[in-house]
Parts: sequence; C-alpha cells; structure tokens
Amino acid sequence: MSSRVSLFVTCIVDQLFPQVGIASTQVLERLGYQVHFPAAQTCCGQPAFNTGYTDEARKIARHFLNVFRASEYIIVPSGSCTSMITHHFADRFEHDPKLLAEVHALEPRVWEFSRFLLEVAGVEDVGARFNGVVTYHDSCHALRELRIKAGPRKLLAKVQGLTLAEMAAAEECCGFGGTFSIKFPEVSGAMARTKIDSIQKTGATAIVSIDSSCLMQLQGVIDRAGLPIRTLHLAEVLASR
Amino acid sequence: MKAPEKEIQQAISDPRLQLAIYTSTGRFIEGRAGVVSAEALPDYQALRNEANAIKKYTIENLDYYLEQLESNVMAHGGHVVYCRTGQEAADFVLDLAKKRGVHMLVKSKSMTSEEIHFNERLEAHQLEAVETDLGEYILQLAHQRPSHIIAPALHLNRYDVADVFTKELGVEKEVVIEKQTKIARGVLRRKFLEAGIGVSGANFLIADSGAIVVVENEGNARLSTSIPKIHIAIAGIEKVIPRAQDLAVFLNLLGRSATGQPLTVYTSFLSGPRRENEIDGPDEFYLLLLDNGRTKLLADPEKRQSLYCIRCGACLNHCPVYRKIGGHNYPWVYSGPIGAIITPQFHGVNQDTWLPFASSLCGACAEVCPVKIDIPKLLLKLRAEVAEVKRKEDSDSLERLAFQLFAWIATHPRIYLLLASLGSIFFPLVPRVGPLKKWASQRTLPEPAKQSFHQWWKSRVSQPKGGQ
Repeated sequence: MSSRVSLFVTCIVDQLFPQVGIASTQVLERLGYQVHFPAAQTCCGQPAFNTGYTDEARKIARHFLNVFRASEYIIVPSGSCTSMITHHFADRFEHDPKLLAEVHALEPRVWEFSRFLLEVAGVEDVGARFNGVVTYHDSCHALRELRIKAGPRKLLAKVQGLTLAEMAAAEECCGFGGTFSIKFPEVSGAMARTKIDSIQKTGATAIVSIDSSCLMQLQGVIDRAGLPIRTLHLAEVLASR
Repeated sequence: MKAPEKEIQQAISDPRLQLAIYTSTGRFIEGRAGVVSAEALPDYQALRNEANAIKKYTIENLDYYLEQLESNVMAHGGHVVYCRTGQEAADFVLDLAKKRGVHMLVKSKSMTSEEIHFNERLEAHQLEAVETDLGEYILQLAHQRPSHIIAPALHLNRYDVADVFTKELGVEKEVVIEKQTKIARGVLRRKFLEAGIGVSGANFLIADSGAIVVVENEGNARLSTSIPKIHIAIAGIEKVIPRAQDLAVFLNLLGRSATGQPLTVYTSFLSGPRRENEIDGPDEFYLLLLDNGRTKLLADPEKRQSLYCIRCGACLNHCPVYRKIGGHNYPWVYSGPIGAIITPQFHGVNQDTWLPFASSLCGACAEVCPVKIDIPKLLLKLRAEVAEVKRKEDSDSLERLAFQLFAWIATHPRIYLLLASLGSIFFPLVPRVGPLKKWASQRTLPEPAKQSFHQWWKSRVSQPKGGQ
C-alpha cells in the first residue's frame, strides 16, 4: 500500500482556516504518510451546486477530476466537501459516460479526514494531548450523507486530557447551509443560537467538528454574543501536543 | 413572490410563538424517536423501504389502481367523482346539498380540503361547513389557517384558545385544556346531529377492496362519516394503495412518524353506504378523487416521488427552518420541507422562487420520512430549475454572473492563486456590500487568514525540510 496521500484542503480552509490544513498535514505526517498537495486544486463546486448553478458546478467538478486524476488517496478535512464529491459529482455527468466512469473511479479514493485515520491508517490514538472539555458538533452532510457519527468521537476519546461532553442538540443543523446563510440570515442566525444554547448547557469551552464551514458560522454567532467558547476542527485537536 | 422577510423576522422574534413551535415539535420528535428505535421497531428501516416500494409501484401504475378502486367503490354502492380542480369538487358538493336540501355539513380534518379552500367556496353559497377536529375548529373560529399538517393549531397555546372561545362562543374565559375540549365537544355534538352531510378526507384508498381508511385520535372523523345521511370523502388521487394488506406497512409507519403513536386511537375502514341489515352508516357515499395538479407531477420520473407523501408531518417537526419560521410563512397550506418541494411543482417553479432555497439542506427531513422521499435532492433539483427560469427571464443576473465568475476562477488555478494571494477568492460571492452585510447582520465575520494554505505549502516546500 502506498504511503503517499493527496490533500484537498477545500477553498474555505485554504482561504480562511489554513491552520486546519496545516494540522491535517501534521497528523498525517506523524503517522508516516507522505503528504502531497496538488497545487492546481481550488474548490469542489458546492457553493454553485447548492445555489442551483449546475453548469458552473459541473465545470468545477471537471477541474477537480483533472487535478486529482493520479491521486490514490484524496484526503479532505470536510464532511460536506467530501460528500459533494462522493455523492453529488456523479449526477453532474449523467449524460457523459466517459466522465461518469471517471467520477465513479474517483469516489472510493476520496476520504474524509477522520474516516481515513480510522479506516485506512487504522489508528484511534494519534498521540494527541488537549486539556479541556469539548463538545462535538455533527455536521449534517457528514452525519446524514457520509454516515459519520462514532468515528470522530473515537478519535477524541483517545486524546489525553480531553473530556467530551455531549450536547442534546448534537445532530441539529448549525444553520450555515452555504448561500442559505446569506439568503436567510435571520433564520440561519436563529438556528445557530439554538445550537449554541444547547452547547452552553454542556459546560464545554470548545466545539469540535470536522467541518470548518459550520465552525465559522458558530464562531461568528459566539463572537457576536461575546461568549467564552472557541471552535476547533478535529484535525487541530488531533495535532495538539 | 419574494420571501416574506418581515413576517419571518416577526416569527423569529416572537418568544411566545417560538416556544409554542419548539415545544410541540420537540414533543413529536421525542415521541417518534421512542417508537421507531431499534428496540421498539426492529423492522423500521425495512418498513420504510417497503413503503417506498409500494408507493413507487402504485404511482407508476396509478391509472390501473384508480380504475380498480372505482369499480370496487361502486360495487359497495358508492359513487366515484373525478374532480380536476377544487372548484369542481366544491361545485359537486354544493349541487348535492342543494338537491338534498342540506344547509350545514360537518367536516373531519382534511388537508386536501384545505388545499382547495373548500370551506370558503361553500360559505360563499351559504352552505355552512363546520370543522370538527379540535385544532381545526379552533382555527375556524379564529379565522386562521393551519400551520402544521397534523397539528393545525400548533402555533397557539391554551391562553390563545381561551381568548378565541370567549370571543367567538361567548363563554367565560377557560384556560384548562380538558375544560376547553369539553366546551368544543358540547358545541360540536349538536352539529354532528344536525348536519346533513359529513365530509372527510382519506389517508388511504384501498383499490382491491374499495374501502377508504381514515386515521384520527378524536373520534370526530368516525362521527362525521357515520351520523349524517350523506358521507363525502375528498382525497387526492395519490392516496390509492393496491391492497388492504399494504396497510400493515403504512399504518405501522404513519402514527409513529406523526405523533409517536404505534397506532392512532381510531382507524376507520369505510366501505360504502349502510347496507340493508346494518344499523349505522350513511345512506349515500361519494368519493371525490381530486387531481388539482397532481397529474402534472407524474411527468417527471424523479420529482414524482413527491406524491408518495402520507402527510405525517415528521419532516416539519424535524426541520430546523420550519421550527424557526413556523407554518404560516410558507405560501401554501403544505408547509415545511414537503411544502417546499410540492408547492413549486403545483404552482410552477416561477412562483415563490425563494421556497426551495429556504433550507440549509441538513437532510433531517429525508432521514425521518417514512416513505423515503429524497427531499434534499428534490430541493436541489428545484433550485436548478429556478436558476434556469431566472436565466431565461434574465432576472437575478448579478448572482448568476457571480457564480459564472466563481466557476471561472475555480477552474483557472493561476487566477485562483493570484486572487488567493490578494486575500479573497470569494469576492464574487460575497462582495463588500449586500451579501456580506447580510452575513454580518447575524455574525462576526471571520478574519481572513494572513497566509492561505496554498502560500504556506509553497513556503514550506521551498525550505530544505519540514517548515512547520
């Protein structure tokens, strides 16, 4: 088996949360993987797709196919972007058998970060240390499309010094939803505030998730309210020592 | 039509309403979770698959099963009337009432009748229609429309109901729910006895037996369909199922998904008028099979799954958007996720174009749908159709341009990197005005990173080793 893996950091991580990409790289390298970063990578196209611009989404998906054609393992620190590739690319090419075959060949090579650690690297304990009480937010596409629920919690359970406090509304949406958060800001904000109410009841000082977009939404509302809670991507927790 | 932004804002900032919605839907969520768990119902997922398969098969062979249903209803001495529109259904009832000299009818709860503004159409011709479901009765008195498919008055609390009763019935203020029920019961009992016609909906129409099935918890549907001399059932054509044994699947799912009941309190099987040797039942039975746009939905092989809906309301209860904005801010009587997918299909995607976008695509609806309608997928499909409509109309051109530009950037790595180094590839999507302002209305903006991951990686590989 190759120990070489390719990282697709996603546009949100690239632009707004590069520390998540850096942490993912560190965790993978500590496990002995040779991390490759195809420099022509951009975005998975989800913003366009979810807003109804399917032609634009198709173009971006084609670009992704070209960039990652040679990659055996493609690791994505986002459930939502992983799901876009593995669950929604195929429909973009239903009338193009050649590209559709390429998409189907791509799908099993794309791995959400935590799932890769557990199912390919086969590790639960990555040797991380993090002092504090955290709560885990199930991001919707990871939970309902990728069926990721127990995995990240298994990884967190092995982090020294960390206590996981489950919130009642773990599976409720944070309210981000891409352009939904701009088209319906009040509804989106109200959804986040409900989520944060549930988080506050746990006494956690940090929210951990595998999706930076949800965390951006939650952090934005937390900062607006001036609450002493921070948001961390799972990779950042797993990279801490 | 644009989204009713002001009304949505009002709903969100009304603590009384928020509490009413959140508590009631929360109770439904909890109830459902208890009765569909692996311990309570090990076959739950298998039942959902079966329900989906039966619906798919029936919808794809609808003509056959409607004809079978029709001949079996007639064999029991009932009549079948096909109605293309709500107007046709109302006209039929008005005509029959006139012929039989009926001035008042009682109704059990029926979303299909809400859909066609049945009461208003009748009242315009001095035919009084009295709602007998408690929630519907309260709303009829309050001159409001339902805000939920199965719990129509979910947005009201008992103090609101007390006010409605005092104002409309002239009774003393009563805030104890049991006593309020008693007041309504007192009024409605008399109506059941006086009414010349009873109108009901139908949850299922069984093709191979010609029976209709009505599920309820209050007993008012049973009274509405058995006391008056004439029973008229109004049902959408999609309510037909092939065999009585299919109910083993649907009855097991409907109550559990709706209210968290393994079975509703009453399940009535009604097959035609009273026979000669029977004591109870109406003298005449009519089944009004309503199209009202449903056949339009059959055309699209993917979207036609919208017709599988058994109106349990689980998608509303679990929808974080419905739970914030409530049922009244949706443009049609069908609210929540199911409303968001069927309204554009019934009324046209060019109407209420905001509706398919009023979702974070969290997928909670699809997860709880007992007949497995892929609601998020249909929302995405409708979004694409809206974008296409707008392209043809040449409206919303700024958004379209923004995404064209974004796609161009995202497929040209050099441009992407150049813009990334300047700090924003998102500028076409979130220009400094408009969208960004909307984001900032609710949240603090994230600080742009000083160095993108691309830049970090580049600086790292140019160093001899590591570079962390």
